[in-house]
Amino acid sequence: MYIVIVGGGKVGRGAARDLIGMGHEVCVIEREADTAWSINHELGEVALVGDGTEVHVQQAAGMNRADVVVACTGRDQANLAVGQTAATRFGAGKVIARINDPRNESIFRALGFDNTVSATTSIVNAIELEVNKGLQSLTRLTQLASSSFMLSQQRVAEQSSVVGCTVRELRLPPSTLLVLVVREGDDALIPGPNTTIHASDLVIAVTHVQHEAALRAALT
Amino acid sequence: MRVVIMGCGRLGSMLAGELDAEGHHVTVIDIDQAAFNWLGDGFSGTRVVGPGEDSAIQEVAGVKHADVFLALANGDNRNAMAVQVAKHIHGAPRVVARIYDPDRAEVYQQLGINVVNPTTILDQMVREAAFATSPESDAPSSDGDGV
Repeated sequence: MYIVIVGGGKVGRGAARDLIGMGHEVCVIEREADTAWSINHELGEVALVGDGTEVHVQQAAGMNRADVVVACTGRDQANLAVGQTAATRFGAGKVIARINDPRNESIFRALGFDNTVSATTSIVNAIELEVNKGLQSLTRLTQLASSSFMLSQQRVAEQSSVVGCTVRELRLPPSTLLVLVVREGDDALIPGPNTTIHASDLVIAVTHVQHEAALRAALT
Repeated sequence: MRVVIMGCGRLGSMLAGELDAEGHHVTVIDIDQAAFNWLGDGFSGTRVVGPGEDSAIQEVAGVKHADVFLALANGDNRNAMAVQVAKHIHGAPRVVARIYDPDRAEVYQQLGINVVNPTTILDQMVREAAFATSPESDAPSSDGDGV
């Protein structure tokens, strides 16, 4: 595939390195000549110096034949401009946009950019995951497809009242689905209504964000 | 009318002053507090400090209840994002963005945004000033300075 990456900072350069390693053809558009030189020095002649939000720079990068566009500058307004220009002028089908301020996620979504990556949100989630490790409480693993649904996990405590219950007997909140039960010493299993919950089971569920607390209660 | 103007430079402050004097309810947003010095003493509108493309700042500036949102800051990308936040997040019924780059202006026009492109307008005016034949102006000449 041909992938155009706009923004050659740590994120863009890292993505370029990986994608080239996977055998893709990559062009990195970078505003700073020094940074572009350093990218070329490491990865071969892949960097183009210019403002990737400009139509003529996108043209020079061959945006019209790009399979994927990755907008990953440190500015959300630039990433939005990259995506909108690539889509409107060059018919780019797939745009992946980096969001620096998580509060901008809603505007990207409102404008039709569903493939967004927010480092801030990912880091915050990773920190939460680490903080909650071993606390046997519900942990949010990831938000699914920019929706209001979350993939969450919870370890069933030894003294929990749900030990010995079947899935059918659990008081699960609405809009919730148990998708996987990971049992120590066993392989994971996809639970059905008659699956019995054991102590120390790691239960992975999809739930609506507003029902997280109820799910935590149902598995405690 | 309720007007929110992002960018308090020469143009933003001039428009803000005029619209305020005409009795409109004007709010000006600028990232730099010092920019408000461009506003005259008589300005009776509201000043909000912060990045105008930020949804929360627009909220503070009352874009939700505005009739018009004007993005007149210096960055094209910033103006383009700001009017889209105003339109799609806060439901501003009418938005206008100043976009200097003619190519970008075309892109945003295609996306349904009212764009004012100073470059094409000035291009036209400079041409007219330089080459138009009127009684008091010189006729176009081919042996000019050739800048």
